Amino acid sequence: MSEFCLKGENVHLWRGDHHVLRGVRFQVGAGECLQLTGANGTGKTTLLRTACGLAYPEGGEITWRGQNIREDMRAFHAQLAYLGHEPPLKSELTARENLHYWIGVRRRLEGRELDQALERVGGNQWADRPVRTLSAGQKRRAALAGLTLMRVPLWLLDEPTTNLDAEGQKLVGTLIDEHVQAGGVALAAVHHELAVSRPNGLRRMELTFD
Amino acid sequence: MAWTWFHRLASPPHVYRLSARLTPWLAWPAALLIVAGLIGGLWLAPPDYQQGDGYRIIYVHAPSAWMSLFVYTTMAVAAGIGLIWRMKVAHAVAAASAPVGASFTFAALVTGSLWGKPMWGTYWQWDPRLTSELILLFLYLGYMGLRSAFDDVQRADRASAVLAVVGLVNVPIIHYSVVWWNSLHQAPSLMYLGKPTMPPSMYVPLLIMLVGFTLFYGAVLLVRLRGEVLSRERAASWIREAVRA
Amino acid sequence: MTDSGTMMPPVRPAFDSASDATHPAVTALAAARLVLARDLKLAFRKRSQLVQPLAFFAIVTTLFPLGVSPELSRLRPMAAGVLWAAALLASLLALEMLFRDDAQDGTLEQYALSGGSLTWLLAAKTAAHWLLTGLPLALMAPLAGIALGAPNGAVPGIVVSVAVGTVALSLIGSIGAALTLGIRRSGALLSLLTLPLDIPVLIFGARATELAIGGEAYGVPLQLLAAVAVLGLTLAPLAAAAAVRINLE
Repeated sequence: MSEFCLKGENVHLWRGDHHVLRGVRFQVGAGECLQLTGANGTGKTTLLRTACGLAYPEGGEITWRGQNIREDMRAFHAQLAYLGHEPPLKSELTARENLHYWIGVRRRLEGRELDQALERVGGNQWADRPVRTLSAGQKRRAALAGLTLMRVPLWLLDEPTTNLDAEGQKLVGTLIDEHVQAGGVALAAVHHELAVSRPNGLRRMELTFD
Repeated sequence: MAWTWFHRLASPPHVYRLSARLTPWLAWPAALLIVAGLIGGLWLAPPDYQQGDGYRIIYVHAPSAWMSLFVYTTMAVAAGIGLIWRMKVAHAVAAASAPVGASFTFAALVTGSLWGKPMWGTYWQWDPRLTSELILLFLYLGYMGLRSAFDDVQRADRASAVLAVVGLVNVPIIHYSVVWWNSLHQAPSLMYLGKPTMPPSMYVPLLIMLVGFTLFYGAVLLVRLRGEVLSRERAASWIREAVRA
Repeated sequence: MTDSGTMMPPVRPAFDSASDATHPAVTALAAARLVLARDLKLAFRKRSQLVQPLAFFAIVTTLFPLGVSPELSRLRPMAAGVLWAAALLASLLALEMLFRDDAQDGTLEQYALSGGSLTWLLAAKTAAHWLLTGLPLALMAPLAGIALGAPNGAVPGIVVSVAVGTVALSLIGSIGAALTLGIRRSGALLSLLTLPLDIPVLIFGARATELAIGGEAYGVPLQLLAAVAVLGLTLAPLAAAAAVRINLE
């Protein structure tokens, strides 16, 4: 298997008449975090969704470890974690139950791992409360716990710091740091630069309207 | 090699020009055949020994009923091709076909019920063919309803394609179940197609009408296809040149 | 492959070697079982949604004696049709919510990106839908049947035919629900898409129930009904998965 590297070559995507992605090129390898910035509507979310294979580009290709992601989509998906705008949590279940059902679909989970992940995001207090009683920031933290539990090399994050307080934003930075230091790859759409403690490996790419 | 040829054939500008060139080649024969079929069916064919002249509506009804199924099949196959090979033009063919097919289905229902009046003494009988036609009309309406519910043409194309393919798998099952249902509740209705006793002077006009209707669909499809391609590619540069020309 | 020698010592590795495997660490069946368990648990935490289709079924079957006649001799011939039309509508009512919540909160996205089979996960969701609406409807149908003049001996026939028929209804409906999940106020459209496809189920199911009420052998229509259900079982989750992917694009 070749090295971890996510690469976009000349990616084009239309939404109706709107040419959203106009020949986007990017490359992010092991030990790197690429931050996507740009005004609203420049296609950050669309690029992330295209990179993870949800959206289909009309032109160009996305490769992971040198192979077009369309060739073996499932194997590709088994190696990526995507966190969208909304934390994928059910309000009637507790945070712990949510993680159990969400991550359990991907990999076998032990209760101890769940505890550790929840503790890591500061969730000891609210892990067993129904998600509907949690604040938006707590939900985001629960989603971050899910992210670490997936144990995959490629992270695709859409605004990971939304709704988080200063400490929570630092936590996102630390998690990404650790992930990248361990040889992982991260691609994140952000409004503000991520607060990472070790900025080597952190790069920025701006999407614009033209 | 074969694929570049295929893609060139299926590229929107090529389809746009080709369909314009082909339209008269389908439209004129269609018009001639339909006129010939009508003359043959309405004047030359002898009256039926049981139904008198009432049966003559068959020359519109049977081809319409045939077309309702033919168009649905074409539509579903085109949609399936579009879905699998992500071919825009195939989706455009499916989208252009649906209202045509629905109109044929509606025509088959209306003529069938008009025919029912002299035959059954009522405009509506739960005859298996008419019932199947009615359900087919619902399938068309569902397809068009789903298309129009999406703002994004591509999503409309792909979602409605899934529905069309599912519908195509279901059409024979629906037809069989309706025939089965009908056979339980009443005596089998009159078979009006493939009647072995039909003399050539009766069935030749019918065949002419069938071919005429099929060509007519082809011509209408090409015209509508141009409209579809125009509206889909309105942002593309070749459109401006094509329209100016 | 990452070289473990270059790894900094974090609390634990951010990813493990299992992610290198082409196959997901969980089998499709185990993942599906988890989805099924989750949906059942969710349903029991929101019981009102569970009861609504059943109450709807009861009300619709009550309308007929009120609209037609209280005489059982007049109701009995139409009992099978009434039961099936009501069951069809009740199952349809519940379908709109089948994928709606999961689409809104991003759960479906996570399923589509799980590296496992989306088809299996959706099949599990559909199975949960049947357990929560189809099965209770099948258990309730004999009560409505008896109220419409069916003899007690017809109970097993009614239960079996409605149980098998609702499997097919849930499966066919899952395609419609998946196709319309991106559409707001999709109820009427969902009916327009789903009901024509449900017609064979209605015909075979109502016939089986009718024969059961009449005290006759209902094996043939029941087998035809089962055939439709099996066909649905093999094809519907595939079509639903394709539809979900299209709506996530």
